Amino acid sequence: MALLEVKDLKVNYGVIQAVKGVSFEVNEGEVIALIGANGAGKTTILHTLTGLLKAENGTIKLEGKDITKIPGHKIVSMGMAHVPEGRRVFAQLSVYENLQMGAFTRSDKKEIEDNLQMVYERFPRLEERKNQMAGTLSGGEQQMLAMGRALMSNPKIILMDEPSMGLSPIFVEEIFNIIEKISSAGTTVLLVEQNAKKALGISDRGYVLETGNIVLEGDSKMLLNDETVKAAYLGE
Amino acid sequence: MGFISYLIDGISLGSVYALIALGYTMVYGIAKMLNFAHGDVIMIGGYTVYTIVSTMGLSPWLGMAASVVVCTVLGVAVEKIAYKPLRMASPLAVLITAIGVSYFLQNMGLLIFTASPKAFTSVVSISNIKLADGALNISGVTLVTIITCIIIMIALMFFIKKTKAGRAMVAVSEDKGAALLMGIDVNSTISLTFAIGSGLAAVAGFLLCSAYPTLTPYTGAMPGIKAFVAAVFGGIGSIPGAFIGGILLGIIEILSKAYISSQLSDAIVFLVLILVLLIKPTGILGKEIHEKV
Repeated sequence: MALLEVKDLKVNYGVIQAVKGVSFEVNEGEVIALIGANGAGKTTILHTLTGLLKAENGTIKLEGKDITKIPGHKIVSMGMAHVPEGRRVFAQLSVYENLQMGAFTRSDKKEIEDNLQMVYERFPRLEERKNQMAGTLSGGEQQMLAMGRALMSNPKIILMDEPSMGLSPIFVEEIFNIIEKISSAGTTVLLVEQNAKKALGISDRGYVLETGNIVLEGDSKMLLNDETVKAAYLGE
Repeated sequence: MGFISYLIDGISLGSVYALIALGYTMVYGIAKMLNFAHGDVIMIGGYTVYTIVSTMGLSPWLGMAASVVVCTVLGVAVEKIAYKPLRMASPLAVLITAIGVSYFLQNMGLLIFTASPKAFTSVVSISNIKLADGALNISGVTLVTIITCIIIMIALMFFIKKTKAGRAMVAVSEDKGAALLMGIDVNSTISLTFAIGSGLAAVAGFLLCSAYPTLTPYTGAMPGIKAFVAAVFGGIGSIPGAFIGGILLGIIEILSKAYISSQLSDAIVFLVLILVLLIKPTGILGKEIHEKV
């Protein structure tokens, strides 16, 4: 059984059908890349998975349980965290308060504290700046905070939406390293990226989205060598 | 001594404005809407106390408790019925709806209690306090109003900083989507905000009616508008701002009544609003809002 299973998902964004019947699955321990151009429907899919948008049709199953109709605020405690596009940290709260916000649905104080130490170990910069307002961090640091905040819910699967967007090349490198570490620590990752080369480089399998449809799927290594993918997304 | 006693009266009136302004500012912070029906909740609260204490002859404590309950339920109901369906609508539609709710409540008051003013019996039974050999005479209501406002302010700050529901309110007011991803129930957080704001309006209502004991269906309208001015003055969305704005506005109003003209005092209050908007549009403690592109 797949950890996350999406079947025939259709989502309307205003009057436009942004996702036109998409099916895919994410197995436990995998890193899955969802690549495609701007407007292909990548973000819409992630928003629907965590209840920010409603599905028009189709089913979303997490650990075999149908979560399609479950209210968005209940999803994080079921084990699926979402690092949204543009990071969306709480600018007026401190780094520490943002991380605590990530553990909002948990009440196990001791384990939250352990989790916080784990996040600080992974992102030493966040510990250095724990009392700083999140709005004053650099883009790369905010991305780390958004990831740390998602990890604070101790998720089974973490959705990441364009984590490298708008970052300097050094930070891009660092962010992808972190994603690999998060994965090897046992968390499943569904990664949405415009940086297809990097995303396919660190993922196990990939799906290529075009205007709301999956047009290609397979092993990331295979996709990296695919002529159409090369031409359309890798700039070769 | 005249000045000091005016100042104390001003702080007392300002405390009432601050309590009402808190409701405005919290609802604005979280739902990004101006709830112009907020002032009329005060009136409903006043009539609730009047009905229980004057008509039914029961204890003022029961009257106050009932008033808080009625206003809280009313605030939450108004949000559910009138504002929630418009969550995605344009701000103008929401604003017009709020004005509609305000008229609805006033006319409901007219229908049930008629336009003839009712004499409100003060819920405060503390006698006046004389200081400085009787030169300074502070009424019990004035004192109770100021103390109540300070206690509520501290409790509210504590609630927002230290409790989970309070943190949820901060998160929702900053980013509803991100708050949802944290597992926060956005709808119930908005309801809670309306509940707290309306409960505070009930408290403001019986303190205001105790100090100015005539009750009509329009009793809440003017203090409501002035509290809105106070919220803007202090920086809308900011809780300490509502407090400071309210107190300053009360002082300005009473001092203009005392030293300039009692007819012009309202005009002066609104002049303050215009000046604030010209000089510092975000208010005293308001933050610049950067629209994200």
